[in-house]
Amino acid sequence: MADLQKMTIATARDALRKGDFTSLELTESYLDASSSAAALNAYIAHTPDLARDQAKAADARISSGDAPSMCGIPLGIKDLFCTRDVQTQAASAILEGFRPPYESTTTQQLWDAGAVMLGKLNMDEFAMGSSNETSTYGPAVSPWRRADGGNTDLTPGGSSGGSASAVSADLCVAATGTDTGGSIRQPAAFTGIVGVKPTYGRVSRWGIVAFASSLDQAGPMTKTVRDAAIMLEAMAGHDPKDSTSAPMPVPDFEAALTGDIRGKTIGIPKEYRLEGMPQEIETLWADGTAMLRDAGARIVDISLPHTKYALPAYYVIAPAEASSNLARYDGVRYGHRATLSQGEGVTEMYERTRAEGFGKEVQRRIMIGAYVLSAGYYDAYYKRAQKVRTLIKQDFERVFADGIDAILTPATPSASFGIGEMADADPIKMYLNDVFTVTVNLAGLPGISVPTGLDSQGLPLGLQLIGQPWGEAEMLNTAYALEKAAGFAHYAPKWW
Amino acid sequence: MSIDKDTARRVAHLARIEVAEDALEGLAAELSGILGFMEQLMEVDVDGVEPMTSVTPLDLPRRADQVTDGNKQADILRNAPDAREGFFAVPKVVE
Repeated sequence: MADLQKMTIATARDALRKGDFTSLELTESYLDASSSAAALNAYIAHTPDLARDQAKAADARISSGDAPSMCGIPLGIKDLFCTRDVQTQAASAILEGFRPPYESTTTQQLWDAGAVMLGKLNMDEFAMGSSNETSTYGPAVSPWRRADGGNTDLTPGGSSGGSASAVSADLCVAATGTDTGGSIRQPAAFTGIVGVKPTYGRVSRWGIVAFASSLDQAGPMTKTVRDAAIMLEAMAGHDPKDSTSAPMPVPDFEAALTGDIRGKTIGIPKEYRLEGMPQEIETLWADGTAMLRDAGARIVDISLPHTKYALPAYYVIAPAEASSNLARYDGVRYGHRATLSQGEGVTEMYERTRAEGFGKEVQRRIMIGAYVLSAGYYDAYYKRAQKVRTLIKQDFERVFADGIDAILTPATPSASFGIGEMADADPIKMYLNDVFTVTVNLAGLPGISVPTGLDSQGLPLGLQLIGQPWGEAEMLNTAYALEKAAGFAHYAPKWW
Repeated sequence: MSIDKDTARRVAHLARIEVAEDALEGLAAELSGILGFMEQLMEVDVDGVEPMTSVTPLDLPRRADQVTDGNKQADILRNAPDAREGFFAVPKVVE
């Protein structure tokens, strides 16, 4: 039998259809791998019984000749997705014990396509963080280590850190992630995998624990661009239960992967060249640009003048939306409730429940959100940030109208860092992780992170392609050409 | 804009998060740091710019005003920390 590890969706799909192995065999192999990787802390819950039932059902479907691409493929699911009767906590203590009586639309679509759930994946609490360190379960750990002979645990990034760690360490064939400011693309870049943030409205948000509703999008985290195309197609589509879900047809993304990008115009935005950016990132970006040029694309220098203001605008808008969305965690309907003393009432219940249940970073963001929305400050902060958001979107509209097909940027300003290394840093320093990705969420655009190289310490680095709205197919094809040219074929040596 | 201890106390209450009196100074300093970072937005000329209300140009859809779901009392109460006789139970609100 074939090696059941290091599978991609595409190779597993083809082998399952040929009958080389069954989904149950594949699933058992991944259940073994995921249950013997506690050192990575990528899974916060395993669902082996459910996985075996789904695998058997997939095998029956495959043998009857009805096998969608995701049929029989073992996946990990970020803890932000509500999964029926399965622990769903958004990695927060405030949702302790929550078992949703419903399923998110996106995961339901994956199960309808025959996919198999191995378990739930670690993340930053409520998706707020860039290193997985805000999780109530403790940080997920990257399978990658610095080539210095040491054994420092590195972050897989965040917020979808468990997803990145699990895909990179081959603890699942692929995983779901969500991205509000870079939470799919930054961890993908840190761990040498592919991550897609779709156009806002492409994937239903229904049943995904909300962080910042105008920015949140779910997407696939996979080993290859082809897998991302296959999985995105299964996740995407109109959902009447999400009023911001677009009633648009979903293209055959995999069919778009021709690798032919001759005549395409790629923009290189000068504002993404940051002062003090490591030379390695500059080189990676220049190499990627050369790869696309060699593949026949036309390279054009462009300007996105409001880039600098994206991060401060994001850190007004996202906390404002979060303070509203997270108001529902009040100790009444689900999750944790604080114990009260004699004579204390409902206000003490709310305030103590939230103080005990939310971690420090989440509390900080809720309070910032409450402040920027409060009387007297709304115009100065929130309304101004929404105006800046309009300007950021117009920057992109202008370059697309000028004939730019896609934009190439670094995915992150550095490679992965050690867990705990930022503990004493100012919160702003952590926020800078999203400096290249956050503009895409503010403008509602699709973005993809593709691994294209290693740094001097042997750690993965990624480039980001930004596509036109609803242009995922073309963006994926450009990413496919970049992936082929870069030929990133590195795996973290197993130590866990 | 710098946040003082009283403002921090007010913001914590607005957010319904209990913060001990001796933690307020630290909180105020932390929030001030973050707001300082946001001050950059004041440099941008936003005259005549519309604040964004929707990132995609789609109109919010309407649907017929019909009941599409319901009769799930047990499901709804299932995760409650304290549910009694078909209700969510909370501490006494009025004397």
